[in-house]
Amino acid sequence: MAKQLYWEDVEVGTELPSLAKVATTQILVGWAGASGDFVPLHYDDAFARSQGLPGVIVHGALKRQWLVQLIIDWSGDEGTLRKFSCQYRAVDFPRPMKTLTEAHEGETWWGKGKVTKKYIENGDHYVACDIWVGKGEGEVTTTGRATVILPSRSAKG
Amino acid sequence: MPLPAGITKFIGQVSSAIYEVEKGAVARFAEAVGDPNPLYWDEEYARKSRYGAVIAPPGFFGWPLRRGESSDDLKTLVSSLAEAGYGRILDGGIEWEFLKPIRVGDKLTVTSTVKNIVERSGKTGKAVFAFREIIYVNQNNETVTRARQTTIHLVG
Repeated sequence: MAKQLYWEDVEVGTELPSLAKVATTQILVGWAGASGDFVPLHYDDAFARSQGLPGVIVHGALKRQWLVQLIIDWSGDEGTLRKFSCQYRAVDFPRPMKTLTEAHEGETWWGKGKVTKKYIENGDHYVACDIWVGKGEGEVTTTGRATVILPSRSAKG
Repeated sequence: MPLPAGITKFIGQVSSAIYEVEKGAVARFAEAVGDPNPLYWDEEYARKSRYGAVIAPPGFFGWPLRRGESSDDLKTLVSSLAEAGYGRILDGGIEWEFLKPIRVGDKLTVTSTVKNIVERSGKTGKAVFAFREIIYVNQNNETVTRARQTTIHLVG
């Protein structure tokens, strides 16, 4: 596991390590089952086209959970996610499958983030971040904010 | 702009259900995200952590025992809006406040309240926005999460 991050280790402007993600039609099926979102826009091509889309689209909530993973991977086991919000700005299309288990080459998405604020409140050490999912030439399709409590080196014992 | 007829009655509507947080469901959810974090499936690792047990990834709240028993009034409001011509639904985003961890074995009482429904005209035409507040309380009567969820219903 990565070394635990401390509040003293970050500054406003600190960038979170990017998290690479791929969405495939198979992954979307797994997500539908695990999340209970069976809206056909995400697995039925003919339905997606009837709604004016060129094909099925990635569930917003899956991209949301990529961002949850991004912030929790960064804040570590001793960090605590307190607040999280996100909104979906643009649709994303999953890679189709080539074999039973492999997808075609295609898009890779990146979960990214940046520290916007550091503060202490009621003895807890907070960090607020802007987080987002980008792809391709940097197009951002999902944006959000997260607030975590990090352990502090000053609070030992 | 006025809401379609028969929609305002959903404002203030409350629905509730009990969700169980089961080990397999938590592991499947984390796998579906592609998140290998052992806190979500490795019992020994999780026991030694400050949580003392396997936890759910923030954003997962378990399942009601029967699918039809969701706390979500979504279906009634959604079908009423569809009948009024707003048949397309989009996820308008989420805001979460995580107050306490959710552990495998927890039973959550999930209460969803429709706070407001408004119609807005934008670039893509008319849309109805539904705003819900969802509160998750565990078996020890602790509020573990508060959520604000938005759904966007478009003409179609």
